[in-house]
Amino acid sequence: MTVFSFTNWIANAPQWVQSCPEWFQNLIFQLYQTFIYQDRWKFFIDGLKITFIVTIGALILGVIIGLFIAIIRTAHDNYTNKKPPLILTIINSICKLYLTIIRGTPMMVQLLVMGFVIMVPKTDFATVICGIITLGINSGAYVAEIVRSGLMSINIGQTEAGRSLGFNYVQTMWHIIIPQAVKNILPALGNEMITLLKDTSLVSVIALRDVTKQTQNIISKTYQAYVPYISLAIIYLVIVILLTRLLSIFERRLRKSDH
Amino acid sequence: MTTNETLIKVENLVKNFGNIEVLKGINSEIKRGEVVVIIGASGSGKSTFLRCLNLLEHPTDGSIFFNDINITDPKTNINLHRQKMGMVFQQFNLFPHMTILKNMTIAPIKLLKMSKEDAEAKAMELLTKVGLADRASAYPSQLSGGQKQRVAIVRALCMDPEVMLFDEPTSALDPEMVGEVLGVIKDLAASGMTMAIVTHEMGFAREVADRVIFIDEGVIAEEGTPEEIFGNPKCPRLQEFLSKVL
Ligand SMILES: Nc1ncnc2c1ncn2[C@@H]1O[C@H](COP(=O)(O)OP(=O)(O)OP(=O)(O)O)[C@@H](O)[C@H]1O
Ligand SMILES: [Mg+2]
Repeated sequence: MTVFSFTNWIANAPQWVQSCPEWFQNLIFQLYQTFIYQDRWKFFIDGLKITFIVTIGALILGVIIGLFIAIIRTAHDNYTNKKPPLILTIINSICKLYLTIIRGTPMMVQLLVMGFVIMVPKTDFATVICGIITLGINSGAYVAEIVRSGLMSINIGQTEAGRSLGFNYVQTMWHIIIPQAVKNILPALGNEMITLLKDTSLVSVIALRDVTKQTQNIISKTYQAYVPYISLAIIYLVIVILLTRLLSIFERRLRKSDH
Repeated sequence: MTTNETLIKVENLVKNFGNIEVLKGINSEIKRGEVVVIIGASGSGKSTFLRCLNLLEHPTDGSIFFNDINITDPKTNINLHRQKMGMVFQQFNLFPHMTILKNMTIAPIKLLKMSKEDAEAKAMELLTKVGLADRASAYPSQLSGGQKQRVAIVRALCMDPEVMLFDEPTSALDPEMVGEVLGVIKDLAASGMTMAIVTHEMGFAREVADRVIFIDEGVIAEEGTPEEIFGNPKCPRLQEFLSKVL
């Protein structure tokens, strides 16, 4: 069996490659080695799957956490001239503590703590869940602020009109405030999704095989960093550009349905 | 139209915002069918008083009884009682993301469990009365101020309230639209609806009120029939106030 090396590869390469300058031959070789040889493009595809699963999962979890916190905090702040119930005060304090911790520590550290201290996943599946939970908890803190400012942008008169008809606080939120706030919240949430997508590149520290980790795996076989890392950067960039486009189309639609 | 039955009773109502004492002990009663107009200088606490009646503002002290039930008692479910107290705001506060019809039917459907058909039939009937049946499928932003306020009034009426609270319903309107809104309120008064109205329109107050309340420095400084208040004011502050606004 022949060893896979540049010398072997160039000997069997098509004529047009052999007639190219050497630096270009080298580039083609590295591209071949990164993507084609042993079907290595599949590594990227597998990695992207994980990247997307973690992004979507974390976004959903982040929105759930963020919505919950935003509603608690807004409800608490609504008691301007009356003491809020004790239970609300307690939950509100916990929410504030959570926001302080999450926003006061680096994402990388949060991943290390979750991955190696708190959850310590053993299987691939558990590692994916660990990644989703860590990123979701992190994202929740930012989503909470997005949702809170979205809710606060709605005129207080809307809440008063709802309450004066007899709706309770939750019904007023659900039927009147949230549907209006969504138009402010969704675009910001789109940006949060893009941030999350990029942040997933950090999950490689808990050995989650996202597209960044897979790229590192390829490098550990080719011993060439140049093409794999530049390719990785281009992959992220293209996805982010596509998402940004989609979001701006979506935003325009939202604005069109404005009344 | 005033009956002998007390619908709302206010006992020693006190309201502070932080260190500011806005209401300093108000005692009053509104009878079923009575139209009470509340007047007073800007910042005297008229809105605060009105908003305390349905607990949009929480009284610092004192009690409010609605149908003999103490609604200031924390154990009372205020949401149920608010269904029977319609409120109309200066800024209309229609729900901009809903059509006029939806604005009017959402509360009866969700809270009174009325069927969609019944709620819509009722809303259309009320819209017809105020001359806006053809705007049922429009959105609030497509209406003029006067139209918005008429919708706000019938939206509250869809809940079959026992009392209607108006906080300067015409203050945000262009002068040419004031008449159409006051017309609707007068019709409502004629139909026997119990009402508490804060207004700066003294001509209207005189015409529609069974009783006028003058609030000054956080208390009811004087009250009486429109004839008494406008024809023969006793308290000097009221005389001064009237000389400025009439
Ligand atoms: N949410 C609040 N926080 C603090 N102060 C308030 C609040 N609402 C009202 N006030 C104060 O209470 C006083 C009475 O206000 P209120 O709105 O009841 O007056 P008003 O008689 O309705 O005046 P206007 O004719 O201008 O509407 C004012 O001095 C006002 O600044
Ligand atoms: Mg006022």
